This record gives sequence, C-alpha cells and structure tokens, in this order.
Amino acid sequence: MTCLHLLLTLVFAVSLGTPVEIQRPRGVPLTKKQFYEEGKPFTCLDGSRTIPFDRVNDDYCDCKDGSDEPGTAACPNGSFHCTNAGYRPMFIPSSRINDGICDCCDTTDEYNSGAKCENTCKELGRKEREVLQKMAEITKEGFLLKQQLIEEAKKGREEKQGKVTDMQENKKQLEEKVEALRTVKEAAEQPEKEAKERHLKAWEEQKAAIRLEKDKAKMAEAFLELDDNSDGFVSVSELQSHAELDPDADGTLTETEVQGLMGGAAQVDTSTFESVWTNIKDKYHSESQPEEPAPVETPPDEVKEPAVDNDSEPYPEDDISEEDDEDEDDKDDYHEDDDKAPPTVKTPEKSHEDEEAMPPYDPDTQALIEAAQKARDDFEDSEKALRVMDDQIRNIEKELSFDFGPDAEFTYMYSQCYELSTSEYIYRLCPFNRALWGREKNRPENNKYLVMKYEHGTGCWQGPNRSTTVKLTCGKETVVTSTSEPSRCEYLMEFTTPAVCQEPANTEPSPHGHEEL
Amino acid sequence: MAVISIERMGLLSVVCVSLFFSSTFAVDRGNFKTCDQSAFCKRQRALKPGQSPYRALLETLELSDSRLTLQLINDNNKVHLLLELYRLQGNMTRVKINELKPLKPRFEVPDVLIAEPPTEPLSVLSKDDNGVVLSLGAENQRLIVSARPFRLDIMEGPEVLLSLNSRGLLAFEHLRLHKDTQAQADGAEVKESVDGDQQQDEGKKDEDGESEKEEDGLWEETFKSHTDTKPNGPTSISLDFSLPGVEHVYGIPEHADDLKLKTTDGGDPYRLYNLDVFQYELYNPMALYGSIPVMLAHNTQRTMGIFWLNAAETWVDISSNTAGKTVFGKMLDFVQGSSEKPQTDVRWISESGIIDVFIMLGPKPSKVFSQYASLTGTQSFPPLASLGYHQCRWNYNDQEDVKSVDQGFDQHDIPYDFIWLDIEHADGKRYFTWDPHKFPQPKEMLQGLMDKRRKMVSIVDPHIRVDSGYKIHNEITSKDFYVKNKDGKNYEGWCWPGNSGYPDFTKPEMRAWWASMFAYDQYEGSMENLFTWNDMNEPSVFNGPEVTMHKDALHGKWEHRDIHNIYGLYVQMATAEGQIQRSGGVERPFVLTRAFFAGSQRYGAVWTGDNAAEWDHLKISIPMCLSLGLVGVSFCGADVGGFFKNPSTELLVRWYQTGAYQPFFRAHAHLDTTRREPWLFGPENTALIREVIRQRYALLPYWYQLFYQAHKTGMPVMRPLWVDYPKDTATFTIDDEFLIGSDLLVHPVTEEGSRGVTAYLPGAEEVWYDVHTFQKHNGAQNLYIPVTLSSIPVFQRGGSIIPRKDRVRRSSTCMENDPYTLYVALSPKKFAEGELYIDDGHSFNYDTKKEFIHRSLTFANNALTSSNLCPDCNFLTSSWIEKVLILGASKPSKVLLKMDGKETPVDFEFDTSMSVLTLRKPGMNAGADWTLLLQ
Repeated sequence: MTCLHLLLTLVFAVSLGTPVEIQRPRGVPLTKKQFYEEGKPFTCLDGSRTIPFDRVNDDYCDCKDGSDEPGTAACPNGSFHCTNAGYRPMFIPSSRINDGICDCCDTTDEYNSGAKCENTCKELGRKEREVLQKMAEITKEGFLLKQQLIEEAKKGREEKQGKVTDMQENKKQLEEKVEALRTVKEAAEQPEKEAKERHLKAWEEQKAAIRLEKDKAKMAEAFLELDDNSDGFVSVSELQSHAELDPDADGTLTETEVQGLMGGAAQVDTSTFESVWTNIKDKYHSESQPEEPAPVETPPDEVKEPAVDNDSEPYPEDDISEEDDEDEDDKDDYHEDDDKAPPTVKTPEKSHEDEEAMPPYDPDTQALIEAAQKARDDFEDSEKALRVMDDQIRNIEKELSFDFGPDAEFTYMYSQCYELSTSEYIYRLCPFNRALWGREKNRPENNKYLVMKYEHGTGCWQGPNRSTTVKLTCGKETVVTSTSEPSRCEYLMEFTTPAVCQEPANTEPSPHGHEEL
Repeated sequence: MAVISIERMGLLSVVCVSLFFSSTFAVDRGNFKTCDQSAFCKRQRALKPGQSPYRALLETLELSDSRLTLQLINDNNKVHLLLELYRLQGNMTRVKINELKPLKPRFEVPDVLIAEPPTEPLSVLSKDDNGVVLSLGAENQRLIVSARPFRLDIMEGPEVLLSLNSRGLLAFEHLRLHKDTQAQADGAEVKESVDGDQQQDEGKKDEDGESEKEEDGLWEETFKSHTDTKPNGPTSISLDFSLPGVEHVYGIPEHADDLKLKTTDGGDPYRLYNLDVFQYELYNPMALYGSIPVMLAHNTQRTMGIFWLNAAETWVDISSNTAGKTVFGKMLDFVQGSSEKPQTDVRWISESGIIDVFIMLGPKPSKVFSQYASLTGTQSFPPLASLGYHQCRWNYNDQEDVKSVDQGFDQHDIPYDFIWLDIEHADGKRYFTWDPHKFPQPKEMLQGLMDKRRKMVSIVDPHIRVDSGYKIHNEITSKDFYVKNKDGKNYEGWCWPGNSGYPDFTKPEMRAWWASMFAYDQYEGSMENLFTWNDMNEPSVFNGPEVTMHKDALHGKWEHRDIHNIYGLYVQMATAEGQIQRSGGVERPFVLTRAFFAGSQRYGAVWTGDNAAEWDHLKISIPMCLSLGLVGVSFCGADVGGFFKNPSTELLVRWYQTGAYQPFFRAHAHLDTTRREPWLFGPENTALIREVIRQRYALLPYWYQLFYQAHKTGMPVMRPLWVDYPKDTATFTIDDEFLIGSDLLVHPVTEEGSRGVTAYLPGAEEVWYDVHTFQKHNGAQNLYIPVTLSSIPVFQRGGSIIPRKDRVRRSSTCMENDPYTLYVALSPKKFAEGELYIDDGHSFNYDTKKEFIHRSLTFANNALTSSNLCPDCNFLTSSWIEKVLILGASKPSKVLLKMDGKETPVDFEFDTSMSVLTLRKPGMNAGADWTLLLQ
C-alpha cells in the first residue's frame, strides 16, 4: 500500500506572537472544526452520507461535496484551507494540494510533493501592510481631494445654475428687444418698399417710352432701306429681296409669303408699313449692318455642357466613399451660398447695353432705404445675440445634465484630456466626451463609477470599431497610468483619480486572520 | 467617438499582412492552379485510356534474390524505361520505373524511408512470350507481368487485387534537349518522342510546328505573371491503378473534404502541392498545406495501400464504375447478378522525379498501418504534456499579457500545459529573437511558467529576414545555405518580415546548423520548457507563384519542382533534431508543423492550418484529422474556435468539446479577432469549457498509451470506425464520429442549435457505455442522443479497460504522481481488457533505458488482473490505483485483493440502477502485479 496516511495533523496558528495550538484535520478552517470530531462518524457537509472518521482525509473521496477530504487532492471539488499565519488565510482548490507548486505562503499545501516551499507569510504580510498603508494614505489624501472636488463641483454647479438663471432672465429681455426691433424694422421697411416701387415704376415707364421711340426710328429707317426705288412705297418685290424674312424658313421667300407679310397689299406706304413692320421686325436685318454675332457664340456652350455630363456618368454612386460624400455635401453648401450671393450683387448691373441703367434713387428714397437698413441691422444683431445666448444656456445645461457621479465628484474632468505616451503611441483620454459609465462584464453588482466605456469608435483597418474600457482607481492625481490592447482595437486604460477614493475606514487595517485566534 | 485618440509614433510592421488580407471571406481560387492551368496535368489528363504504347522487353528480365529488373519500351518513341520490382518484407511490393538512360539523373526522394526496405526473395513461376508470373510468397499471391501492352497484376488465388497500367495510362516524359540547344536533325526525333507519350491527335498538333508545343508549356509556363522557366522541359510521370472490388478509397491528405474520397470525373483531380491557402474552402480537391501521397483502399475483405513516393506537384484522379449508382441500382445489379464488379480506378500524375510505388497488401487495416510504418516510421512519441491543452493566440502581446492569461487559467481553475507565442513575439519577425519592448525578459517569463509546471511554444518560421544586422541571416549567407533562384543568386521572397531568404533545408549540413541554433546558448532567452512551432513551411512566399516558391529555384542540383512537397518535412525534422540536441539527446521534442509529407509523423504534430470560426470548419476537422491518421500522422488537430473570424459562444463551446477529443488540442485565434480565453463568455460557458478540458486531462493516461501504441505499431490514435469494424459497411463513410483507439467512440455535436445527434454504435456483438451516465447501449444501431450545450456524446466499448486520472490539476505535469481510476467496461461475455503505460512523460529513457511500465489489464472470470507486458523494464511510479469502476457488473458478495501472496478485502459499492460496481481504494501501486477477485 503506497497510499498516503494523512490523518490528524497539528496546525499551529501564530498570531500576535502567541502560539496557539488548535487540533483539527488538515485543510479544515477553524469555522468548520466542529464538524470534524475525532473518533465520531463524519457526516458529509451536504448531509449526503455518514462515514467512519478514519475516512476523513484518507486520500479517497467519499463525499460528493468533497468535505471528507479537506486536506488531500482526492475530491475534484474539494477545497483546502491554509491558515497563512502572518498573512491572509485562504482556500485553494484541493487539486493544488501536493501539486509541486507552492500556493499557501505557510507551505501547508505542499506537505508531500517534494516541492521546496518557504514560509513567506510574514514577508507577504509585511508587504501587504505596507501596500495597504500606502493605499490608506492615498485613499485618505485622495478622499480629502475628493471632498474638495465635490465642494468645487457643488460650487461650480451652483454658479452655473445661477448663471443659467441669470442668462434665462437676460434671454427674456433679449427676446423682447428682438420683437421690438422687428416692429421697428417692419415699420421702416414699409415706406422703403413703397418708395422703391415708385422709383421702379417711373423708370419702367421711361424705358417703355424710349423703346417705342427707338422702334419707330428703326421702322422709318427700314422703310427707307426697303423702298429701293424711293417711290414712298414698299412693294412685294422690294420686300422679297430680304430672304431672312422667310416665314417657313425653307430658304426661299415666295411672293405669296411676302404678300402674307404685307397683309395682302401689293405695296404699303409709311403709314400702312407699321402693320408690316410688326410682322417682320424680329427677323429683319438691316442692309447696312452685318449679322449679329450672338448665334455664333451659343453652340460652343451647347457642346461643353454634354461633355461635362459624360464625364460624370462613368462613376456609379456607390463608388463614392463616405468621405467623398461629405466633401460633396460641403461643396454643395458652398455652391448654394455662392448662388445666393451673386444675384443680389449682380442684378442691378445685369442690363442690356442699349438700355440705360436705372437712375439713382432720389434723396428721399435713399434716406428711407438707409433708415430701413439700419433697422434691419439692429434687428439681426439682436437676433444673433439671442442665438449666442441660447447656445451658452444649452451648453451649460448639457454640462449640468451629465452624470458626474453621486456627488458630482467627476465634474472637474469635464472638457479635460489626459495623455499617456508609450513607445508606439500617445493615448489621449477625454472623459465625458461621449463616454458612458460602464460595468465590468459579468459583474453587474460593481460600482458603475469604476468603469467608463467608449464604444463605436472609428473603424480599425480590417478590424472592429475601436472601443475602450477605462478602469478608474483611487489616486491622488488624475493620470492615465497604463494602456493596453488586449484584443485588436479594444483598448484598456488604467486611470487614477481622487474622485473614486472611498472614505477610509476609521480603524487601522488589519489584514490577517483574526478568525484564527 | 474620437475621445481616445491614438497617434502612431512608430512603424508598425503590418505591411505584408495588408497585401494578403482581402475583405471578402473566401479563398481566392484564381490564385491557385486548376489542372487545366498546370501544363503537365492538362497534358497527362488528355491521354485516353486503352492505348498504352509501352511494352515489356521480357528478354531483358534479370532476377536477383530480391530484385527483378526489366526494360520497357515506348513503341512510339523507342525510349527505354527500366522497371524494378521488389518483394518487401511484410507483404508489400515496390515498383520503380525510371528512364533506362536518362540525360541526367532524375530526382529520387531521400529521407522519407526510414531505411532501405528489407526485401524477400522473388521467384519466377512461369514465363512465356506474353509475360511472366512471379510468386509473392505467402497466401498464394502472384505478380503477373504482361508484355504487350505492359501491365502488372497482383493476384491472390483467382482474385485480382490490384493492377497497374491496366488502363494504359503509364506515361513517362523522358528528359530531352531543348530545340535551342540541339542539332536541327534531332528535331523530328524530339517531336516524335514528345507525342510518343501522348495521343495521336496531340501528335498531329505537334506537326503544325514548334510554336504549338511551346503553348503546351513544355519548356516554359506562365501563371498569373509568374513564369516558370523549365530548363529540363517536360518531365512528368503518370501511372494508373485499378482496384477491382473496391468502392471506398481514403487518404491522400491534405484536403478539406470528406473522409471517403470522391470520384474526380468532371472536376479537378485531388491535388497534392503544399500551399499556404488563405481562407480555404471546404469540400473540394484543392491542395492545402501538406501532402501525403498515400491512398488506402478498403472493402469488407481487404484493406490495401498505395504509397506514391514523389515530392513534386501531384494530382490524383479517382473514378469508379459504381459512382453515381444509387443503392437501389446496386441492389438491382446484385439481384440480377450483374457481371460488373465494382471497381475503383486511380491515376497518379507527378511533375517530375520517378515512379516509385509501394503497394501495401494488408489485408487487415492494422496490417496496412504497420506496413506503411515499416517504410516511413511511426508517429513520434510526444511528451505527455503536449497531449494537454494548448492556449494560443496571434498574439499574446507581451510578458504581462502572458502572465495574466496564465493567471486567468488558475483563477478559473482550468488546466492547461502550453501557452503559445505567434510571430509578434520576435524582434521584427527575426525568429530566434525576442521583441525587446514586449518580451524583454523571456527567461523570467519562462521561469514563471516553469514554476507553474507549464510550458511555452514560440514560433520559428523558415523564412529568414534579409537583414545584415541579423545573426541568423548572416550565418546562413556566409555558409551559403540559402535556396538559390534559377540564376544561382540567393532566392528572395516576401513573407512576414518583408524581404526574406529561404534556407535550403534539403541540405543535411544546413539542417545540422539549424538544429544547433536551438541550443540554449544560441537561442537566447530559451529554456527547457520552450518548444517550437514551424509555420509557413510550404514554403509560403507571399509574392511567389501560388503563394509559394518558384519551381525553377534551386536546391543544389535539384529544382524546387522536384522537392517542393518535402520542404516542410525537412524544416520540422531539423527543428525537432535541434530540440533533441539541446538536451543532449535526453528530452523528447515537441514541434508543430503546418506543411508535411510522408514521414512527417516522425517529427511531431500537425494542424489543419488557418481554418475559420464556422460550423462547417468544425465539422471538417474530423475527416481532415481522420485522413491524416490513416496515413501515419496521428498527432493532428484543428484550431479550436476557428482561426479567422469570431465564433459564436455556442460554436466555441462545441469546438472545445470536439477538440478535447482530438489528438492535438489547441485553441488559436487571428490577430483581428476579439479575445476568447475560455473565461470570457460568462460563468456558464466557462464552466462548460472547464468541464470538457478536465475530461481531456482525466483521459490523458489513455491518450498517452494510445500514442505509445501508435509510436510502436503505427496504429492511428484517432480512427474512422471502419478501421476497427472493417466488415461493417455501414461504417465506411462515417466521418461525423470517430474512435479514439478502439475503446472510445466520440460523436461531437457540430450543428448549431442541435437538440440531438444520431450516433452509429458499431459491432453486432458489442455494447457501449455512455461515459457520463454509464448507461449501456447495444452495438450495430443508430442511437439518437438528445443533447444540451453540456453534452459531448462519448461511449466506452464494452470489453475495454481505460485508465484515467480523475484528479485533474492545473497542468499534466502536476498530475504526474496522481493515482489512477480504472474504468472496466464489461462485454456481454463479462470480459474486458486494456493496458496501462507509464513513464517519466518527457524523456527518451523509455527507449534508451527501458524506463517504463507497461501493463496488461484483464477482466475475466470475475477477476481483474494486472500483468507485466515488459518484464525487463524498470520504472518506479508513485501512482497507485485509487478506484476501480466495473460497468455492467453484478453485485459480488466479497471483493479480495490478491497481491504479494496475501489476500485483503476491498470495500465496494454497487449501483443497481446502472450496474456499476465501485471498488473503494484498493490502493496497489500502478506498477505492481495484482488481482482483484469478485466473489
């Protein structure tokens, strides 16, 4: 029989310098000692069966819950308790008993494996106390800082709320002002409009008169030109010499067609020529003038335009990437502005050479226009001021709506960024800029203010969209302490801030096993 | 988001990744040749059967004790070939055909056969003008050589077992001079000789002029901008085999296809050409990373094998006269006594080299395995730890990452033995080095793992960064060990590090030097718990033709064309040798390879390459590893979870359940995937994965013993059912379940949302016990098994004894001295037997010093006995027998342990509902002689 004989062992628990001997089976915590009474049948802790006491820790698993083998590796689901005097007691899975690896700092898990373990509990305890002490100091100071942060945040919040209230009051006044100026503007614009219309009408009439006169002159001139024999009549034959007058544009101006143009008369004098002139004046070419150049210029334009269309056709819409789309949108916006701007500027200039420009407004109208313009400017200024104020209010309200923690202790991070440089990258963390408080996966009970999540970031090349989890720990300073990329484009940041420092416990931390005393 | 901004400060070496990651998920088939695009394959496939120009010149027959030689003549071009026939020990025949007088030597593959195969005498039984009849010795076997046309038939009694050139597709393109380098007068002869191997319609084309022939790709061939200069011209070879009575053929991995090979009429032949196929497609005959030119033919009467020893690009055509016939059609044939016997015809085509074929005549499956093993060796006996679970990812980013993953396993109480580092661990992809920022203290990291009794694998690929600041590159350059391009300069290609050289692993001196680089003082930062992964050893050349090396590159006097398929084998061979040497020959190596060839089983493990997180890829892992097992490579696995893409949680869990019951058990993931360590999917799924990894660890003694058996006999560890049930035709096409050894039957759940699977339990005389519930089922039935996400249907064969270590710890090494539980599953005749193999788990002492325990366990006549199978072995174990479970037992009144002449009573419990007898703590040492008596 080579099986191991592991019955009762003495466990020494050392604490506060006083050795205390407590006899119980190996691997049993003090709290469960009562269930393991030497010499009495042992009932599995799940009550499933009762076995003789010599089957406790006999290196064979009898209980389904593993409770008969607290000190051996026999049960797959058992656990072993190490006292770890000087440090923290703990349970380890019984599969780690005698596996050649030192798990308990008091070496009790490796009693038969040949592993050379050293008792490191004192050292660990000391280190842990140091760490805890340091942590306590940090926590203490951090917590003080946190109080300040809370105070500042509170103050800041009140200030901002006050500011919003003030601004809302101002806004009301501004709104009234806008309305008043709107009335002034409208009042000034009415006479301006009327005066402008008057001016325009007068000019239109003047233009019509001029045009009529010009036409008459042209007619008289044409009559003289047409009346080749200067007999005071324009005859059918005289008119027929002007081929451009051909109504069906077939290249020949027949006699019948000319008669049609002349209203059936064989010849017309200056007085009856007026009706003929109405028929022919659009086509009539003066014999003394060359043809107008205008029609020559048009064709090149017509050629160019389709060419542009052809160029754009080969690109199917889905070829255009998002960025391009955005660019085009931007361009369109510009174009719209461009289209709007020029007409207002150009319209007055846009007149035929032969037509005179509109005469300047008379001084009265000019005065009315100036008055109206001033009213408009005043109104627009006040409206703009109102918009600016609205934005300001919205921004402050947005800030006030953020969840800056239960006591608004995270407020100070708002619109701040924190950087960490590594050999490859600079990481910049800007909290609350589209961040969400998150919870660690599978740990819903966690304080939600210990994790921030940033999701749906920019896409990674051949990878997922970037996302980042930020873990917050208590620290005196607000710094990014480390970053890593556990999966591609999934970043993990460690971030210290006083804002998560908890109020230190009143008593001194005592890490080691009081329960063993 | 724009909140976290990351500015690029340094150069990231992803340049060449970017070249090869397309946005769509599928292989770009256009990157790889079809038979039509491969000049020799097209040429050869154009041949029509039944017109063989080859004739045996019987008067040239010479017979020595072990060797028969005979000349063949091609009547079209008068070129003489030399046929050599050998009768090999162990019921095998070797057929070699080469040119009688080649212009220069043709390549014969070295280093695959473990030795010159021992021969047995051949004798001539009769001879006449038409042929010769030779005796193959035992079992009334004869070899008939027919003269006109030449053909070989192997017969047993009146039955033809196998015929060669029965369809007249023997074709041997002899070496010739190129028209540019020969006298004009020879032109006619060359023309004739070219079409001599071909058909007359081809010949007519040739007469149209030389240009036609150039188009045939005889002297040059271009594929996708890559031109293959062919200084030796056409050199391909081909031979057909007929297998009367055979409807099922298997093997010739690696293909992502069913276990039973399909006929290739109307499609491409199965291709054997080691290629780095990006995002490979399933269920087609395209070439993948490795090639083993071995085919098994099976029917209820006999199993045979054909081993085509050729390392050049090879295509295999399969046709069958019963393919396409329905079951009803076959039945009709049977009822009507149709004269047509089922037959499978196989044709092998290779680009260069010689014909060198080993015909393994079985007749039992196990005999074929041992025959093949006697030629190429057996599976290397792996270190026990390498049969545990492997955690891999491209990439574990740095030492801190490695540490936290290691701790994650302990926190979640999941065992594992190896953590792996992919290419990012090395400094600028310079293998044998460490990234100074991410892995500044590799020994510290390895020591940390060693303290946990765990191990690590780092990747060492065969492409070497061309960089004058890199020691490895400089040494290879100065020793002139690089493969050369056609112009004699160092061949350079593009791979992970950018511009890379490729060491010529075919050179023994190169391999010796490479091996020496694994010495602890050479591979800085390495320790004895660091092992190796050889990836990209097809070799992968990102900018090469078909993503591999140019065929006209030179390995000494041989072209890459000649040796392509064996390059990967040499890489793993040299690496494994390095690991052996670094320990002074004491420790067993562990090397994983992606490319492989016949004989690769001697050097370590293989995996099925870059699969994907898809259900079909999970499914295909079974036939892919089964096919490899049939041809010697037992240590096979697929990336658990799938390499590309992110698996659903259900797929991941199912893949762990499947992978835990496959020989090589490694999870792996692409750089672009999200993290998937086993504990990242919620406590329920962590528990499911933990449970199945624990099942794996509990069964390690059985796996280890099976690997010992594979190492000793060549028996595959993971097997198709037909190997153990060769007469049960229902098993012949099954590849969704498999056997581990003879005693465990596994039917993994590979369907999404599955609520049940139907498993075929073979063997009319057998019973099978569900290993989880111990419920007994009869054999020869299709059993419907309802499943939940926690189910992995596994059955133990009645009649078997499986030793387990049920105390699962955090690594296999931690379980070294743990006690065994024996699972005795009784047959209907209340009989069972099994074995127990124990050694130190990692050294060669089992071999060199016979330091192992090998015991036979037998249950018969109500007594379970352990007896020594190796009385002159010496190994002491502290492991003992803690428990014996006897499934299908009846309740005894008393149980006695007989040992050392004493009898002591043993406590027991009996579960009447499942008829399970549990013997409590009999306590004998696992190496002792003992008997347990049930009274």
